Amino acid sequence: MRSSFRKAYLLLSPSLFWLTLFLVIPVLFIAVISFTTNGDFGRIIYEFSTDAYSSAFSSLYAKVIWQSIWWALLATIVCLVIAYPFAYFIANAGKWKNILLLLVMVPFWTNLLIRLYAWIILLNNQGVVNNFLIKLGFIDEPLALMYSPGGVILGLVYGFLPFMILPIYSSIEQLDKTYLEASEDLGAGPVRTFLSITLPLTFPGILAGFIITFVPAISVFVVTDLFTGGKLLMVGNVIRDAFLVEMNWQLGAALSLLLMILVLLSLMIFMRFTSRKDRKLLI
Amino acid sequence: MRPKTKKILFSFSLLVFLFFYIPILFVIIFSFNDSKLGTVWTGFTLEWYGSLFQNKQLISATMNSLYLAVVTTIIATILGTLAALALHRYTFIGKKSVEFLFYIPVVIPDIVVAVALLAIYGLLNMSLGLNTAVPGHVAITISYVMLVVLARLSSFDSSLEEAAKDLGANEWQTFWKVTFPLIFPGVLAGALLAFTISLDEFVISFFTLGPGDNTLPVLVYSMVRLGVSPEVNVLSTIIIAIMFIVVFFVGLRMRKGGTAK
Repeated sequence: MRSSFRKAYLLLSPSLFWLTLFLVIPVLFIAVISFTTNGDFGRIIYEFSTDAYSSAFSSLYAKVIWQSIWWALLATIVCLVIAYPFAYFIANAGKWKNILLLLVMVPFWTNLLIRLYAWIILLNNQGVVNNFLIKLGFIDEPLALMYSPGGVILGLVYGFLPFMILPIYSSIEQLDKTYLEASEDLGAGPVRTFLSITLPLTFPGILAGFIITFVPAISVFVVTDLFTGGKLLMVGNVIRDAFLVEMNWQLGAALSLLLMILVLLSLMIFMRFTSRKDRKLLI
Repeated sequence: MRPKTKKILFSFSLLVFLFFYIPILFVIIFSFNDSKLGTVWTGFTLEWYGSLFQNKQLISATMNSLYLAVVTTIIATILGTLAALALHRYTFIGKKSVEFLFYIPVVIPDIVVAVALLAIYGLLNMSLGLNTAVPGHVAITISYVMLVVLARLSSFDSSLEEAAKDLGANEWQTFWKVTFPLIFPGVLAGALLAFTISLDEFVISFFTLGPGDNTLPVLVYSMVRLGVSPEVNVLSTIIIAIMFIVVFFVGLRMRKGGTAK
């Protein structure tokens, strides 16, 4: 036991060192910053203060926080509703399965910025959709398609849909088909079989998909940034501006920390409700 | 599945594929558009492709992206593989906490990693450059390598290692002659994953690169912010085309590997 302890940590030490130095300590450091006092020109005065948190929960930023949670949640739910039947179809597509999965992987691996840019071509005021509608005479003035909450949610869904599809697909694929046959043999109809066999058995996939879709959706700043030019804000925009524009590191740190706590909570929930085998659905 | 259910699912999935690909299709079409002003089709041209390849910014951003991805991949692959070996072989005190630590980079929002690193660099008064993006890139990729290699290790027959030892090989020989060749596909897959994640990473690069250093995603961001332009269309089309080729090549290889097994 003693020697295996030493060997284990010998092998682990480089990565533990790296993660501690470049992940754990920096995150702890911003936790500290979030409780310091903001001096002139963004100077950090190491005096205890909860100003950052009171301003984070003030009406101005609280609205952005709730808005982000709400939009990210809505986008995640839309992703789930689209992804489940879609993944179900692919998982049951027989010899086409692999090729269809590859077609999902291409947008998955294409940079998010490029995929968002594609929608800008379609939806901006001089975009394809507006031009088309004006030509057909349905509208006289271009519609503000991107600069709305609906546009932001569309961007979030388009950006993160593959994150929902892949874990659900894996869990449907791994489903032991004999359970479905058993259920049918015992007289259950397709709806009943789906609700009491398929859905519970693929629940880890849904949970994993929910987390890995929700986390980037709530923290992304490029969707609101590129679609609305910063007119609509999510938490990510506020964090970025706090660090790079307003030099209010305390506020940015406090919001990052709140985001981090939200994420750790969801990870703990996931670990609580899934087995070790299901954890690889996260990647 | 009933035929009717299947039909509905098929049409639905077709719509989802259209949703995925129609925007991308428009980017590709407009990369050949004559007009400088975006979204009205005026005629076919290859002019923008020519002008893009002389864009010095683009060339240096591409080189920076590749450099970062290579450095990240080397470090993350070594560290992640060692960690996977430890977690697979040994039971030790604190194993649960270590596993939890490795899941954090998978789920942590990248903006938190980015601003935390920026804050530490600020504290240490470090000047930002190309290499200041490496720690963040490695930190978010180690876990992916570890998890992929661990998956390979768990399907690995440890009696082979015992046989090597019984036949007189020392630990070092056993590792290089038996263990490593057997887990090599997993290590390679992990390295590929790390490479792609690093190449694609935007937020950490955006915060931790020096002001003059662009990677490809950071350059795309600054171009896209200025609005629709033929050059972005061309750059995006090229990246999408490369993605298609890579995904299909890797996919076909994987399929062949699958049938060989």
